[in-house]
Amino acid sequence: MVNPSADPTRPKVPVADGARPGPVRRALRALLYSTEGAFDRAFGQAGNPWRHLGGLAFLLFWIVAVTGIYIYIGFDTRVDGAYASVERLSSNAFPVGSFARSLHRYASDAFVLVTVLHLAREWILGRYAHFRRLSWLTGVLALWLVFASGIGGFWLVWDRIAQYSLIATTEWLDVLPVFGGALIRNFIEPGAVNDRFFSLLIFLHIGIPLALLATMWVHLQRLSRPGTNPPGTLAWGTLAALALLSVAWPVASEAPADLTAVPGTLALDWFYLGVHAFADTASPLALWAASGGFTLLLVALPWASRAARAPRPVAAVVDLANCNGCARCFADCPYAAVTMQPRSDGKHLPREAVVDPDLCAGCGICAGACPSSTPFRSVTTLASGIDMPQAPIDGLRIELEAALARFAPLPNGAPAIIVFGCQGEDGSADLARFVDQRTAAIALMCAAQLPPSFVEYALRAGADGVLVTGCRDGDCTYRLGNRWTGERLAALREPHLRAVVPRDRLRIAWTGRDDNRALPDALATFRADLAAGARARRAASALPPKRSLVPPRPESFL
Amino acid sequence: MNMKPIGKWVGYPLQAVCYAAFMAVVGYFATSPPYVHLPAGEALVKLSFQHAGQRKEACRERSAEELAKLAPNMRAQSVCPRERVPVEVEVEMDGKPLFKVIAPPTGLSRDGAATVYRRVVVPAGPHRFVAKMKDAATGDFGYVMSRGVELGSGRVLVIDFDAREGGWVFRG
Repeated sequence: MVNPSADPTRPKVPVADGARPGPVRRALRALLYSTEGAFDRAFGQAGNPWRHLGGLAFLLFWIVAVTGIYIYIGFDTRVDGAYASVERLSSNAFPVGSFARSLHRYASDAFVLVTVLHLAREWILGRYAHFRRLSWLTGVLALWLVFASGIGGFWLVWDRIAQYSLIATTEWLDVLPVFGGALIRNFIEPGAVNDRFFSLLIFLHIGIPLALLATMWVHLQRLSRPGTNPPGTLAWGTLAALALLSVAWPVASEAPADLTAVPGTLALDWFYLGVHAFADTASPLALWAASGGFTLLLVALPWASRAARAPRPVAAVVDLANCNGCARCFADCPYAAVTMQPRSDGKHLPREAVVDPDLCAGCGICAGACPSSTPFRSVTTLASGIDMPQAPIDGLRIELEAALARFAPLPNGAPAIIVFGCQGEDGSADLARFVDQRTAAIALMCAAQLPPSFVEYALRAGADGVLVTGCRDGDCTYRLGNRWTGERLAALREPHLRAVVPRDRLRIAWTGRDDNRALPDALATFRADLAAGARARRAASALPPKRSLVPPRPESFL
Repeated sequence: MNMKPIGKWVGYPLQAVCYAAFMAVVGYFATSPPYVHLPAGEALVKLSFQHAGQRKEACRERSAEELAKLAPNMRAQSVCPRERVPVEVEVEMDGKPLFKVIAPPTGLSRDGAATVYRRVVVPAGPHRFVAKMKDAATGDFGYVMSRGVELGSGRVLVIDFDAREGGWVFRG
């Protein structure tokens, strides 16, 4: 529902479907945004690694897989030969063996780091409830499989670290009643670890990563156009960094495993094997409590958290009377919530859009994609083929016309600007602070909820300029809002902004919701640019919109 | 129409710093800080075995009245309860208690072997170990062995029990 406001100048903000975060989450978000802002200066918004953690995880997985396959070629699968074969790899008796082994290790370490950061970021941003539930839960499962995959890899070297890790893992598993202390019996005396058992370890180190890959595939199933590939420069930069590390600091094995001795001091890989140190310090049971408790906490979040208790996003609704089955909403939906199905109303059209409410994020991107969502239609009530009940396109047109009508002429003729901006999932954006006599702000659920025709409508109806703002580039709350908006306004995607619309009167500023200076600065710069070009500019069209509610202003388009 | 792009002469050095920090974090924590699993001058003693205790109750013959109450296909002459007794183990080192365990039988019917795994870090050097086991419902410890062992620094002594080998086995 659109909140009515006693102050007509305040943008009518659709009630955010996501819950507002608590104080801890707000503090963490502030820290996250600050960190990302620092990285923006180095990588640019679109290439910021913080916004591509999932894609980086996929990249690192493939690096680990390819190097692992290569290493396996030279690996001796016998328990008596494994250590020596790894030593041959490290001595480059096997071509680039040391590099491949080191890259395999460091990429897998980075994989853990990136995965944990990805999980932390999604948690901080509250992206685990409702339509994101499946992604979250599969991500939790993937986290366990990441550790299982990595820890199993250390065992194959069969050095002191392998011995330590294997014994620590079996002691941990033996806490479970189903094993009851029997597993550790396999490592009591040297002869207990034989080729057959070692083959089992190899099988695990191949099978578990395959299960991880399958889980990662399911993890993406509720997303359209998942970002599994980071931007090219980021990918090459990451690969180059790991390659350089592998050359400069090659991985080396510890002494061979000896079950009659206990490893004293170990060069432990803390990314994976730190859990063993925890079990040593506390107990294997304590590790079960910690890991199991943490997992239960993560699994419970989609149901037991503040975000989960917030109302489910109001789903988009299809109006078949205005839907011609063009499939643009289907193409633009970030969460694959729209499908095209055979017509059900008897019209001579092949398809109709159908929305799955369980998958719908309530972002409104589909409404922005619908060709029916044009304000130039001469209808009293603007109905779109697909629309958001809580923030319909008709309401957007009414609000825009009211905002234009409120512009008061000033003696200096400062340009009048309409700001269309997204409010964020939690409604944290406050566009009202920009409202003045020459600036109107209209809040959207997502920047891509804005049909491009509204830009032309605003410029024809009296605005000197239109500023579109939203989440930082690559950081859209609903994944694809920046991209679709940019492409539509650049006429690279349907529906597109017509060529007749003067582009110097349109500005896009992906400033995010956290930077208090970026948007005011962008607005001031835009206003100055508009003022500088006013005398040299000719109106794209002096025609008022077809609807007569807003009389044409003589001073517009000058 | 986007915000002003980052100048490359600012961005590239900053990226290099970020990648270097990334390399440093990954490279460092891949092997450091070193972890001391067993301090110098220490050794490890493990108590590990699987052994089935004796039956809790001896077999007995059913009386005629008991047999008559049973269905014809259930009239087995002998009744042998499956449940076993817990296995009690005590290990002393140099006259002081090291392990004291009462291991229950495993399985839903409590008829499986008891499994014990304990480990403790002890100072390296010569030690005298006394291992005792009681696997019967009555009586005292039936298996007792005393052994002097020279534990080297970082070595593992495994105290196992194998009935086929006559009882306690010291490996290390």
